[in-house]
Amino acid sequence: MSKSSITKLLDAKGVRHDGRKFNELRPVTMKVGVLENADGSAYIEFGKNKIMAAVYGPREVHPKHMSVPDRSVLRCRYHMTPFSTDTRKNPAPSRREIEISKVIREGLEPALILTDYPRTAIEVYLEVLQSDGGSRCASITAASLALADAGINMRDLVVGCAAGKIEGRVVVDLDDVEDKEGEGDMPMAILPNLGQVTLLQLDGRFSRKEFDEAFKLAKDGCMKVYDIQRKALMEKYFGAEETGEQ
Amino acid sequence: MKGDIAMVDVTRKYVIPGELVSEGKYKNSLNVFRVEDKYYSTRVGMAEITPDSVRVIPLTGPYIPRVDDLVVGKIVDYSAFAWEVDINSCFYAYLPAQNVFGRDYSPARNELTQKFAVGDLIAAKVMAFDRTRDPLLSLSGPGLGKIRQGEVVKISPTKVPRVIGKKGSMIRAVEMGTNCRLTVAQNGLIVISGPTEGIIKAISALRLIEKEAHVADLTQKVQTLLSVKVDEKSESESDGEQEE
Repeated sequence: MSKSSITKLLDAKGVRHDGRKFNELRPVTMKVGVLENADGSAYIEFGKNKIMAAVYGPREVHPKHMSVPDRSVLRCRYHMTPFSTDTRKNPAPSRREIEISKVIREGLEPALILTDYPRTAIEVYLEVLQSDGGSRCASITAASLALADAGINMRDLVVGCAAGKIEGRVVVDLDDVEDKEGEGDMPMAILPNLGQVTLLQLDGRFSRKEFDEAFKLAKDGCMKVYDIQRKALMEKYFGAEETGEQ
Repeated sequence: MKGDIAMVDVTRKYVIPGELVSEGKYKNSLNVFRVEDKYYSTRVGMAEITPDSVRVIPLTGPYIPRVDDLVVGKIVDYSAFAWEVDINSCFYAYLPAQNVFGRDYSPARNELTQKFAVGDLIAAKVMAFDRTRDPLLSLSGPGLGKIRQGEVVKISPTKVPRVIGKKGSMIRAVEMGTNCRLTVAQNGLIVISGPTEGIIKAISALRLIEKEAHVADLTQKVQTLLSVKVDEKSESESDGEQEE
């Protein structure tokens, strides 16, 4: 997809270049327990993003001196496969991937009860098989599913969704083109039941009013993603139909 | 799932981490996280709410040792004083040589490899464990020691109570249906010994239990699978949780 082929990100009717409305998400699907050998795993398709998450642990810390006596060490690796982008991406961890790994770790940490697993490590591996903007939010959503699948004590699931600004209008869930051509991007992750924000980044210039609007849109987007996330987890463990009280 | 006729009224529901289990004041809780008087689940599992407790019985998770647990482990290493045992947990367990050779153990006199070599399987009890130290094992007790025969099956440690069943009903059903002896360790390792056909049948029964751990009347299902005659009063088996 060449950049110049898109002249307008938003048409006169407020429809985005891919036909979405300002508050509409891309189609999202999730699946839990996709990897046999991981302690917990999940797969997410968020628009054209395709991301695999695997959780190992709690397990022994290597090297041993990195272990913490009173809690578990959380490690995250966000990685983009060389074939996940238009032009080949060097498989070595880039500056961007190191940063995303860090923000994902910090986004997940408040949800986990790490003090329940002293002297251990919990490792989260995120492999982006195909990327299309908003992959850190999709990654964090998949990672929290994989952690729940691994049976690690959590205060809440974590769910991510971005908002941004294109052609002066605040919209939810930017894709790759909107991210590159647009004026701003604000990824966010929340603990949906506890109502707390664990990740909030902002790239671009937003007025106070625009920020408030973006925050609300991203939060609503997160809650929509949470519904899908919840269903995916329920389906793995209890089958699709068996939800609710007995 | 149909509600059972229990003595106290129990509310059950399926929960995922972060889901509100109940509101109010409770004396006991398990696998829940409290914010003021709201209890949220910390695990995927089945919530059980009684007038004085909220518990979530997890369906997935690692094995965390507890004192007095029966475990099956594999010797992975040894030093002059102890064996290191992999007990399917995030901690390696230690089996002190003194516990095997007796009080007068001396590294000069006794050779650890005489008793257990690397790769041997043992059944042991967790003697001591807390947050600050790795678990210590002990072999003093009936049926503990080296495992010489049988087949080892690994299941999810969270499903061990289900395999045992109420007062051992499930394990009895499997043993009767297969003519095998089962040693069910708390860390999710099960040693099956008996005739080959029996072992194959027992493994398929265990896989069924593992897959349908959250389903009611599982003991009956297993009895049908193994064509065991329903004995006794068939117990009002509902959740199959072993009492802790």
